[in-house]
Amino acid sequence: MSGEKQFISGDEAVALAVKQAKPHVIAAYPITPQTIVVERLADYVEEGELESKYMYVESEHSALSALFGASGVGARTFTATSSQGLLYMAECLHFTSGGRYPIVMMNANRSLALPWSIFGDQRDSLSQRDAGWIQLYVENVQEAYDSIFHAYRIAEDPRVMTPVMVNLDGFILTHTYELLETLPQEQADAFIPYADYANCIKFDEENPMNIAITGGPLLNMEFRFQQQRAMNDALKVIEETDKAFGELTGRTYGGGLVEAYRCEDAEVVLLSLGSLCGTIHVVVDEYRKAGKKVGLLKLRSFRPFPVDKVAEALSGARAVGVVEKDISFGYEGAVYSEVNSALIKKGLCPLTRNYVGGLGGRNFSKEDICGMFDDLLEGAPADSVQFVNLRGDIDYGNEC
Amino acid sequence: MAMNAKTIPNEEMFYGHKACGGCGGSLTVRLAMKVLGKKSIGVYPPNCMSTVGFIYPHMCYFGNATTAPFAASGAVMSGLRAGADALGHEDWHVYCMAGDGGTADIGIQALSGAIDRNDRVIYICYDNEAYMNTGIQKSGLTPTGTRTTNTPAGSNIHGAIQPKKRIFEIVAAHGIPYAATASVGYPEDYLRKLEKAAACPGTSFIHVLAPCPTGWQAPSEITIELAKEAVDTGMWFLAEYENGQYHLNKNPKEFASIEAYLKKQGRFSHMVQADFDELAAQRDEQWGRMRAEWCD
Ligand SMILES: Cc1ncc(C[n+]2csc(CCOP(=O)(O)OP(=O)(O)O)c2C)c(N)n1
Ligand code: SF4
Ligand SMILES: [Mg+2]
Repeated sequence: MSGEKQFISGDEAVALAVKQAKPHVIAAYPITPQTIVVERLADYVEEGELESKYMYVESEHSALSALFGASGVGARTFTATSSQGLLYMAECLHFTSGGRYPIVMMNANRSLALPWSIFGDQRDSLSQRDAGWIQLYVENVQEAYDSIFHAYRIAEDPRVMTPVMVNLDGFILTHTYELLETLPQEQADAFIPYADYANCIKFDEENPMNIAITGGPLLNMEFRFQQQRAMNDALKVIEETDKAFGELTGRTYGGGLVEAYRCEDAEVVLLSLGSLCGTIHVVVDEYRKAGKKVGLLKLRSFRPFPVDKVAEALSGARAVGVVEKDISFGYEGAVYSEVNSALIKKGLCPLTRNYVGGLGGRNFSKEDICGMFDDLLEGAPADSVQFVNLRGDIDYGNEC
Repeated sequence: MAMNAKTIPNEEMFYGHKACGGCGGSLTVRLAMKVLGKKSIGVYPPNCMSTVGFIYPHMCYFGNATTAPFAASGAVMSGLRAGADALGHEDWHVYCMAGDGGTADIGIQALSGAIDRNDRVIYICYDNEAYMNTGIQKSGLTPTGTRTTNTPAGSNIHGAIQPKKRIFEIVAAHGIPYAATASVGYPEDYLRKLEKAAACPGTSFIHVLAPCPTGWQAPSEITIELAKEAVDTGMWFLAEYENGQYHLNKNPKEFASIEAYLKKQGRFSHMVQADFDELAAQRDEQWGRMRAEWCD
């Protein structure tokens, strides 16, 4: 059975998937470019299509704190945010992952102030790398929609019990309309049946629970170890989820962790995440037509980081370019560091270069991607970190 | 029926914890749990009460409880309420036990949000008049002149400068269905207010004065005496806000001596006559206003 087709934006697709996932509690605070998600969800509740408790909170910190409470009694929950809002949640990100609450969040990737920009880059979520959340990055509207179902199934798996963040490039994905194939409601229900979580308050008068505990030096490490083990187990669960979803819908995402496109015999591979992969995909096809051996490796799961899958896909490449909308000031893009580390662990040493761009919403064009492939096919730039499309230094006009 | 010394349940629901002897905060919790019972979920943000009660695996709350981010008691309660209701447990109480700092300072936004939503939760603030858990620093509810570890009383700084924020009135100004002040020195009054809060269909708020022997530098056996005297001197007051009306529960004809009350506490030991006079003037001003506006 296949679903209906709808022409819909990324934000609307997420809202539709959330409606079908039927969370008990939704709490969110508006921020561009996520706002449409919370508006649509409010409409669904108003129209009686969704029975969730929709909470009007006064900040993102409270949005995630409210879900911490709701999830603490076993309710299925959802929130959405972006940029400043995600950082405002930072404390609660750790609370919810440490407490092992299977919350699902959509993050619209947006730049961070200062300088202010409402446009997209991935510095918001990548900077929360160590917050203990599973982080998925999606390429198009269909994947955004599908990934919400993946997210609930992964988060609520007893082996995982870890919150999941689904990342969509701000505007490029959140506001772009594409044709979406929806999942019939019976299939959605069957794919993510709601079941009570193990680690929450049970409303049992005779057996009260104290949760969200203090763990001193005696036991703290053991909780952390379990958290790490759950994240590692999530690698398997993400793959199982992609497979199961594929069997249901015919749509798979490369096995769930990475999607390798024409990497098998590629000399040069560009690795990226999010919507930019669509552009790289097109360029790969053009280059292949011209006889150039290039490929694309899309990283779908940033945490947990799929070391084996990344290394396997890159094992034949002579050169690897990591293209990301992020920079860790004083070093390099965060994804680049992760990829290099994975390669070294597996005894691989292709030439690697980091292409940093798209910051604050600057466009990444096809020509930019061609430039990267050409660079890597013909040799390589001397500096490992390249700022793509840089217009030169800004003149502050300080000199008298 | 109002709970009193005769009818209060014997069963203890908060024990084995590590609070100091004579801790007013732990008494606030103990009495609250006797009224709210086992069908309750408590939210304990960072403060003395969560610190002394949540050290795994030695759990001390014999009702359901969770810690919370410091700024978030109001929001976490709302989320628990929403989750409990969605799962069909409307008959469970949701309350929090936030300190003065957790209420009047860092948690004021989430408190305001919860009242604004009128979620059916009981916000209890136990007020020991400073950040005790971090070692006695000034909060928005520390009285003028108090010596704390970040408002030293020397020749330049003379203890805390500002008077206590009027958080009860700030809360009432939201149009909350029920708000009250209380003191562990007047437990029957506190129990009555807890029962009202428990029956309230929307958000309720109780602000309880809860002396802290460690932070106030007073002997642990005079906690109740101090909690009574705070009210009798007019340094604290017992009041309610209901149906849009303020009501003073206790309106002393004459106040007990402020000086005697302050002199029992090391945190005021630097004070001289001018300080006593200033606190008395603040008190008189506040009571003048309360009597004029809150009495029929
Ligand atoms: C965001 C954040 N900031 C600071 C702290 C440190 N902290 C823990 S308890 C506390 C003081 C709490 O004071 P109060 O609310 O008055 O409760 P008390 O300790 O007096 O019982 C502080 C500052 C924290 N846990 N979280
Ligand atoms: S420091 Fe004060 S509030 Fe904290 S446990 Fe001791 S007596 Fe109670
Ligand atoms: Mg305090």
